[in-house]
Amino acid sequence: MRQARSGIVRDALGIGIASGAYALSFGAISTTAGLSLLQTCALSLLMFTGASQFAMVGVIGAGGSVWAGAATAALLGARNALYGVRLSSLLGVRGLRRAAAAQFVIDETTAMAVARDEVMDSRLAFWATGLALFVLWNLGTLIGALATHALSNPRVLGLDAAPPAAFLALLAPRLRAREPFAIAIAAAMVALVSLPFVPAGIPLLIVAILVGLYGVFRLPASRGGRRAAPGGESQ
Amino acid sequence: MLWAGLLTASAACYLLKLAGLSLPARLLQDARVQRTIPLVPIALLAALVATQTFSTGHHLVLDVRAVALGVAAIAVLLRAPFLVVVASAAATAALLRLL
Repeated sequence: MRQARSGIVRDALGIGIASGAYALSFGAISTTAGLSLLQTCALSLLMFTGASQFAMVGVIGAGGSVWAGAATAALLGARNALYGVRLSSLLGVRGLRRAAAAQFVIDETTAMAVARDEVMDSRLAFWATGLALFVLWNLGTLIGALATHALSNPRVLGLDAAPPAAFLALLAPRLRAREPFAIAIAAAMVALVSLPFVPAGIPLLIVAILVGLYGVFRLPASRGGRRAAPGGESQ
Repeated sequence: MLWAGLLTASAACYLLKLAGLSLPARLLQDARVQRTIPLVPIALLAALVATQTFSTGHHLVLDVRAVALGVAAIAVLLRAPFLVVVASAAATAALLRLL
């Protein structure tokens, strides 16, 4: 049992270190987009959800309005609400503990927590992964931003080409089936076609609205939504 | 203005996380909600890749960023770590501009 627990902590540190490296690029991209050191670090502390942070600074860096960036960030953060639903019964937290746990509800902590068989292991995985990620994500952001601040012209290092690569790396793991792949291609086309005609950042919102409509109206709405919840495979 | 947007978006992201932990599960367990929400990041990330690679302001452009994205795609297919994917794209753009 003890070995299992130290294994959980080791996994958490491994994920934390990997995401610290990924935060270096966030710090660099955010600084290149024109955010101050304080603004960059505030995003990692307060928003603490990678895809939303990259989207926010990506939209601002591309000349979009701050509010278009904010809306995109929030839309990308919507999936965390679903993670919260999965985690709430596992974690069993109330009051202040719940308020603290909420900040840690992200892709990595959810994946680590739901992968465990025992509730106590799930809780340990959630908190250990959350804590390691939070510390190293913020540290990585600070270092990335400081290093980029020291450069006179980040464009020389090709950092303006970094955001699309970051988005692609975040997107790729979600494309393992035909439908998501088709949605990704369609979304890219819609965004490019609408881009010349609407204010910067708005193509993203058009895409979000269209995929929302697609999800609600096109997909077969199987009866009995509750059975579609995770765990339905146990007959 | 920038700060207001950053703080508002951060608050929204936090409240979404908290909502999942706090709201009665059945509110978010509707089959349509369950299927639609995971599609949103796919569509938005794909749109971000496209617009940030192939446009400057309101103009569609084809420049070194397209090659950089191609290199990043190869890195992704080779299962390179995140930082390597991003750095390979940046290095590609930087090198091509030197030519």
